[in-house]
Amino acid sequence: MITGLQAFFLVNALITLFAAVKVVSSRKLVHAALWLVLALMGVAATFAMLGSRFFSVIQVFVYIGAIATLIIVAVMLTRNSMEDVGPQVNRGWWLPLVVVVLLFVGLVVVLSGWGDFGLSTRTVGAEGENVMELGKALVDPNGFVLPFEIASALLLGAMVAAIYLATDRKEGKR
Amino acid sequence: MIPISWFLIFSAALFCIGLFGVLARKNTIGMLMGVELMLNAVNINLLAFWAYRYAGQMNGLVFVAIVFAAAAAEAAVGLALIISVYRRRTTVMADELNLMKG
Amino acid sequence: MLDDWLYLGIFTVISLFLPAAAITIAALLSPKKPDPLKTSIYECGMETVGETWIQFKPQYYVYALVYLVFDVETIFLYPWAVAYNQVGLFAVVEALLFIAILLGGLLYAWRKGALEWA
Repeated sequence: MITGLQAFFLVNALITLFAAVKVVSSRKLVHAALWLVLALMGVAATFAMLGSRFFSVIQVFVYIGAIATLIIVAVMLTRNSMEDVGPQVNRGWWLPLVVVVLLFVGLVVVLSGWGDFGLSTRTVGAEGENVMELGKALVDPNGFVLPFEIASALLLGAMVAAIYLATDRKEGKR
Repeated sequence: MIPISWFLIFSAALFCIGLFGVLARKNTIGMLMGVELMLNAVNINLLAFWAYRYAGQMNGLVFVAIVFAAAAAEAAVGLALIISVYRRRTTVMADELNLMKG
Repeated sequence: MLDDWLYLGIFTVISLFLPAAAITIAALLSPKKPDPLKTSIYECGMETVGETWIQFKPQYYVYALVYLVFDVETIFLYPWAVAYNQVGLFAVVEALLFIAILLGGLLYAWRKGALEWA
């Protein structure tokens, strides 16, 4: 028998997968970007169902608030992508389709062979993840302080590279 | 409760749709959107394993945070590259960017 | 636990319903007598020039980019701030180093003139 939570999961998964299909198949790129926002929202709800409140909110902040905005701005800056009328997928689009269907079947087969595939009790409690423990682990010298600092270096590199590429050197001041 | 298998199959489906977008889309921004879907599927998987198997440990959560940072960096640099290319060639279609073709 | 999410769900439904209701009711109740002047594109009372899909300044992209980077910074700094009372001086130095590295990026954007609206 399907419980309310399971029904919610199924409805949410259907909406998310439909939105994802529209993302890869929409002719107009602005529409694809807006469908992407819906798909990301569905993923945020999935995070919440997994008991991760923090990352559910972060998903909305970072993905919908910043990355989706960046993508929409980029779509609007590259104008001919909005008015494009030609086919939006490559001529041999059926080959990737076969590949991904095979990959999906393969993934399901491999996963179903895993011993804990039918696991149905979450070990995380009702209160979700412990953000304080996460914060302690992030700055713990025996924990994850190196990933913590490397993430900042990665973001610095990305920021400098992206600004260097995006600012116009021909018409700009320097 | 929801079995972990549902989350895993859901994320596998999302990953495959994203991969199709990357492989089949002509528009480079569309390909980047496919990559974002794939990274989201990865995050669902990581959080599912964390929630059902390793809830006491922080490894999964730190990994998810790093994936977020990598996704942000990838989107920023990828889109900047696309804008830079667009400014020079006035196209964002992958099959028209064939300057390096022998 | 479920109660909290139930509230969130109710908020979501209401926040989706209200704008949809406003648009639908306006569409149903408003009288429709179009004429060329009424249906013309309105922008600050001026006649619009050119197409609607115009290309705008790449400055917008740079702003969105800097915003994205500092948004991601919150993922790491928020757990640190929650645990602030429980961690020692070393953790504060680490977090300051984290912020200092990213401030380097901001300084670069500043020196590059990317933050000027010119």
